Amino acid sequence: MSNTATPTTHLPHDTTAKAAFGFWVYLMTDLVLFATLFATYAVLRNNTASGPAGKDIFDMPYVLVETMLLLTSSFVAGLAMLAVYKKQKNLVLALLVVTFLLGAGFLGMELYEFNHLVQEGHSWRISAFLSAFFTLVGTHGLHILSGLTWLAVLMGQVIRKGITMHTTRRLMLFSLFWHFLDIVWIFIFTIVYLMGVA
Amino acid sequence: MLGRLTWDALPHGMIASGGAVSMVLGVLVVMLVLTYFKKWKWLWQEWLTSLDPKKIGVMYAIVAGLMLLRGAVDAGMMRTQQALSTGNSHGILSSDHFQQVFSAHGTIMIFFVAMGLVFAVMNLIIPLQIGARDVAFPFLNSVSFWLFVAGMMLMNISLIIGEFSPAGWLAYPPLSEVAYSPGVGVDYWIWALQIAGIGSLLSGVNFLVTIIKMRAPGMTLMKMPIFVWSCLGSLTLILFAFPILTATLALLALDRLLGMHFFTSELGGNPMMYINLIWAWGHPEVYILVLPAFGIFSEIVPTFSGKKLFGYTSMVWAIAAITFLSFTVWLHHFFTMGAGANVNAFFGIMTMIIAVPTGVKVFNWLFTMYRGRIRFTTPMLWFMGFVTTFTIGGVTGVLMAVPAIDFQVHNSLFLVAHFHNMIIGGVVFGMFAGLTYWWPKFTGFTLNETLGKWAFACWLIGFLLAFMPLYALGLMGATRRLDHYDASLGWQPLFIVAAIGVAIIGLGVALQLTQFGYSIWKRKENRVTGDPWNGRTLEWSTTSPPPFYNFATTPHVAERDAFWAVKQAGKTTLAPAENIYLPKNTGAGIIIAAFAFIGGFAIIWHIWWLLVLGLIGILVSLIVRLSQDEVEYVVTASEVAKLETQRRKQPA
Repeated sequence: MSNTATPTTHLPHDTTAKAAFGFWVYLMTDLVLFATLFATYAVLRNNTASGPAGKDIFDMPYVLVETMLLLTSSFVAGLAMLAVYKKQKNLVLALLVVTFLLGAGFLGMELYEFNHLVQEGHSWRISAFLSAFFTLVGTHGLHILSGLTWLAVLMGQVIRKGITMHTTRRLMLFSLFWHFLDIVWIFIFTIVYLMGVA
Repeated sequence: MLGRLTWDALPHGMIASGGAVSMVLGVLVVMLVLTYFKKWKWLWQEWLTSLDPKKIGVMYAIVAGLMLLRGAVDAGMMRTQQALSTGNSHGILSSDHFQQVFSAHGTIMIFFVAMGLVFAVMNLIIPLQIGARDVAFPFLNSVSFWLFVAGMMLMNISLIIGEFSPAGWLAYPPLSEVAYSPGVGVDYWIWALQIAGIGSLLSGVNFLVTIIKMRAPGMTLMKMPIFVWSCLGSLTLILFAFPILTATLALLALDRLLGMHFFTSELGGNPMMYINLIWAWGHPEVYILVLPAFGIFSEIVPTFSGKKLFGYTSMVWAIAAITFLSFTVWLHHFFTMGAGANVNAFFGIMTMIIAVPTGVKVFNWLFTMYRGRIRFTTPMLWFMGFVTTFTIGGVTGVLMAVPAIDFQVHNSLFLVAHFHNMIIGGVVFGMFAGLTYWWPKFTGFTLNETLGKWAFACWLIGFLLAFMPLYALGLMGATRRLDHYDASLGWQPLFIVAAIGVAIIGLGVALQLTQFGYSIWKRKENRVTGDPWNGRTLEWSTTSPPPFYNFATTPHVAERDAFWAVKQAGKTTLAPAENIYLPKNTGAGIIIAAFAFIGGFAIIWHIWWLLVLGLIGILVSLIVRLSQDEVEYVVTASEVAKLETQRRKQPA
């Protein structure tokens, strides 16, 4: 301990580095949560009781469109971040609106698929496989829903406050979250859908 | 309108009603006292809305202490029941009530006592030991604490409204499924733990970032105090283990609420998957609790031996090894599942291996004492009690790591004795040692040593009397959770000895409460300023109690035992102060947790409109809080300088 008054290295006002690292750590815990759900799905995927198996109920072209919507949404979110760093407020807002619509489209398609399955008599009560399916995919869907809510709030903030240090930090965290959900979806697409119909 | 909630939910039976009434009266008395002395505003401004980790830590300790009393009452009831209930006598509890009592005892002791104490010391000590003024995310810290409280309240309100889970502290399915436990008890268990568990998870993120990002300049990882290292191990485990708990509880809840089939015994459900998942969290949880206790002892032993810690590097590696290995042993909790000889052999061997780094730590502490100038203060007594009992527990643990032996003692009182050996001898003794050691740090006066030593003696003797007979009983074939046994078995004398042991522990608790009261009353006689024990680490370099900003100047660290090095070099002059940025108080944490409590209560009783209200409440308060930009305030350098001169003139 020396006795010179050196200014502290952690600048108190710009918390971006801490927040980004913290949020990243949080995302890793979320990943463990998804890993648990993937593990239960892997254990239960053949326990169809007398109900349908994956290949009986998955509509691959439909899921592919869904996937494309989400991936595009993530791409546009990336573009929005580039615009954020250039402080082009209107462009940011326009791109965020597109991100939101594509994400909402994904969620709408997922809900439609769920509703369709239930109407067909393939609800989560039928078998352990369907319980695991609805839970894994539905948990991702819930994350998307929270992401969309968050995005709506952030758009409101950008309109009111503009591109400030605070809104930039929040948008950066949001985009981390959005890309993270993309990665999880890729695994769902592969493990649940592709391997389900194989 | 009110879901499953009817007048029938109020308690029946004398003991249950007595518990409920005394709890309600207790809360009423506290509220009356607060109103009479007009302390509500003070409580709200100084404590409930505070983001200062020192205050949050104290609140954690108070909640955990209260819960320790409740868990101890549960333990007393169980021991009384088992001492009496043999032959024609059926003891004091009905079997249904007995089931709730042992479930509540385990749940409370692990989640609301041990976890609470761990987070208490983390909040109190980590920022001070790393030379920081706060944690990485002060608001999140407040949310975590209040979620812990919300879970605790759900847990306790089950005493008054409805019932608690009769399915054991880990609620194994299919017993915990709706087909066999249709009541609200298991739901109380699920949602109390879910809410508190999310709080723990968020704390895990918060403190990990604090340790990684906020250490004082110069404090490289290998210069961190060992307590901080052991917390880092514990936090890493929280980050990997608690999401598994969150997911598992959610799946059980989905089974119960929506009729899913994860763990049911029909339509493809797999109950054993639950056992795997819950122990994939549960085994690391043991180390989440005990690593910080190891860390506390690693601070206490060098301080009271007047030597630096023996084998710092090997301590760090032992912590790292334990952190990693604790994820490779979970199956030893259910060798009898029938996973096959090879699987059991693997987990048996891993379990024996994890004893090695733990042994390294024990020897390091002993070598630290070797040829040291040992002061036999109360914290040091707790250490020596710990090292003895913990080693006994470790030996019986390694014994049970042999699958063939485990088949004999699985689910017996031998196991119960073993894990109490680890949790009481390890975690609880560690936390008490830490409490005595760091008490003057936060109050400015030491605890009475005489009462502390008597309390320790009662705890140690009571512990041995209460649990050594259980080893014997377990080998004689007594399984856990018995509310009645045949007189011809000849177990009663040992159960009576165990009950006497619990009574002696109770005496120890009473002595501790007396110790607190007496020490507060006579505090003027035990005043200390900064450094009552001749400490080695940074927390002792500031005054006791520390100012709200911890350090007037950010400390610079050149070597391990940073404060010791400074004292040896004789440079303790005051440095000029600097501008300090601190978080403003906020009620958002307590409000969010209140809505979480409402939502939890609603989902337990199937009151759907109330659940929606709770969720909207959480969402709106979160959005409002997270949209605020100005969440900090500045204490300017000149104000700090003024405060410092005042503070040093009139010690505490």
